[in-house]
Amino acid sequence: MPGRMTQPPMPALPLPLPLSPLAAVLSMLMRSTLRRHPAILGRMGAAAGARFLIDVTNVPVLLLIEPALRRARVLPRSARPAHDAAIRGRLSAFLSMLHGAEDGDALFFSGELTIGGDTAAVLALRNALDDAEIDLTEEIAGLAPAAGPMARRLSGLLERRTGLSLHRVTETEVRE
Amino acid sequence: MMELVCPAGTPAALRAAVEAGAHTVYCGFADETNARNFPGLNFSREEMAAGIDFAHDRGAKVLVAINTFPRAGAQDLWHRAVADAAAAGADAVILADIGLLAHAAERHPGLRLHLSVQAAAANPDAINLYAQAFGVRRVVLPRVLTVEEIAAINRETEVETEVFVFGGLCVMAEGRCSLSSYATGLSPNMNGVCSPASHVAYAETAKGQEARLGGFLIHRTARGAPVPYPTLCKGCFTSGDQTGHIFEDPVSLDATRLIPALRKAGVSALKIEGRQRSRAYVTQVVRAFRAAVEAAERGDPMPEGLLTRLTEGQAATTGAYAKTWR
Repeated sequence: MPGRMTQPPMPALPLPLPLSPLAAVLSMLMRSTLRRHPAILGRMGAAAGARFLIDVTNVPVLLLIEPALRRARVLPRSARPAHDAAIRGRLSAFLSMLHGAEDGDALFFSGELTIGGDTAAVLALRNALDDAEIDLTEEIAGLAPAAGPMARRLSGLLERRTGLSLHRVTETEVRE
Repeated sequence: MMELVCPAGTPAALRAAVEAGAHTVYCGFADETNARNFPGLNFSREEMAAGIDFAHDRGAKVLVAINTFPRAGAQDLWHRAVADAAAAGADAVILADIGLLAHAAERHPGLRLHLSVQAAAANPDAINLYAQAFGVRRVVLPRVLTVEEIAAINRETEVETEVFVFGGLCVMAEGRCSLSSYATGLSPNMNGVCSPASHVAYAETAKGQEARLGGFLIHRTARGAPVPYPTLCKGCFTSGDQTGHIFEDPVSLDATRLIPALRKAGVSALKIEGRQRSRAYVTQVVRAFRAAVEAAERGDPMPEGLLTRLTEGQAATTGAYAKTWR
């Protein structure tokens, strides 16, 4: 695995939420997802120990995930966290890839996603998540089953309003 | 109808391929016995058995690619792969090495053998020799032949022919290319991976996005420009005062419009490249090609340009099938 990378400083933007509670929720979501999809870590192999910097360019924070430690950290854009691999792109690209609506290589070919650092770790993460067929709405609903119906309604509403992919697409939904 | 042979790098992609209309799916074990030995890809023994059951329950076949060349002293890994594929109920194994073909023919006489593109068998004499010596039933033809040459092969052999119609395009004689080995020390033919991800590095620079393989800068793309795979054969190099793609432009194969001609040339099966791709790719490409082979069967015109976004360099070529090498 290559040496530590640091992220170039980005202008600090106003944050919508305090970072610590957001990180706690995301870590909880990550632990729950890895529990529901245990094959992810096995498929990633040694790459599960890598630190992935997820740079969603149109949100005001950076995300650092460490799958083997089941930990997610939320950082201000001014942070320069040490990491092993980085993936950069718009939120729509990440969500479309996660939900099987778009192919990761196609997003890479078109420049909508860029990667840096440990390329093998990025591939392992991408392939493991693709195989897991994750549905983010269902993962969130799974955190609090009593609130599941409300989470699904809210997700559907957000999906229609924003055009973002918030649930796993079925074979018939994959675009032509 | 021509058989559509579709890629699956993961169990999810296998299910996607079958549900999108694949007649046959090909996949490999998660080790260096197959030529797509990428991180996070491929099948455990249990996943392979479950995948084959899933496909068979829906009327589809599964071929297991064991198409790298066994290393001296390590043949057991390849022998076990053949035995495990047979035990899991694979409809055929796709092999390239003559020693492994001999082993499979002798130890697993009921197992159908296909000759991998990695064997680079490109004329009837070579293909017929594989049939006579090992009982090979189908050959995957190298991507260096014209449609006329494929028709000529089919006139002189009883072995079924399978040709690539979509996806990444090797310009070299497959199984014999050592470009990646020079740069990384790992062989696509023996370790199962061209341009291993462990040796690929991307960096954003003031001049654009740079891709390095084994430390060598192989291309630099301007922001917003289509990005190719990090393979040496698609690299952009400077020699003297000229800069360009020495071996091959970064484009993908799309032979959709040639399907009727390939059918007329006697081709039995059409192969889609892309075991390293996602289930989204598999669904879109398989669905488009299933519609195309059905249209060819009816004599309808071929649809075109549906899949450009999924292609490397966002551009497609008919490759050697309609040969216009410069």
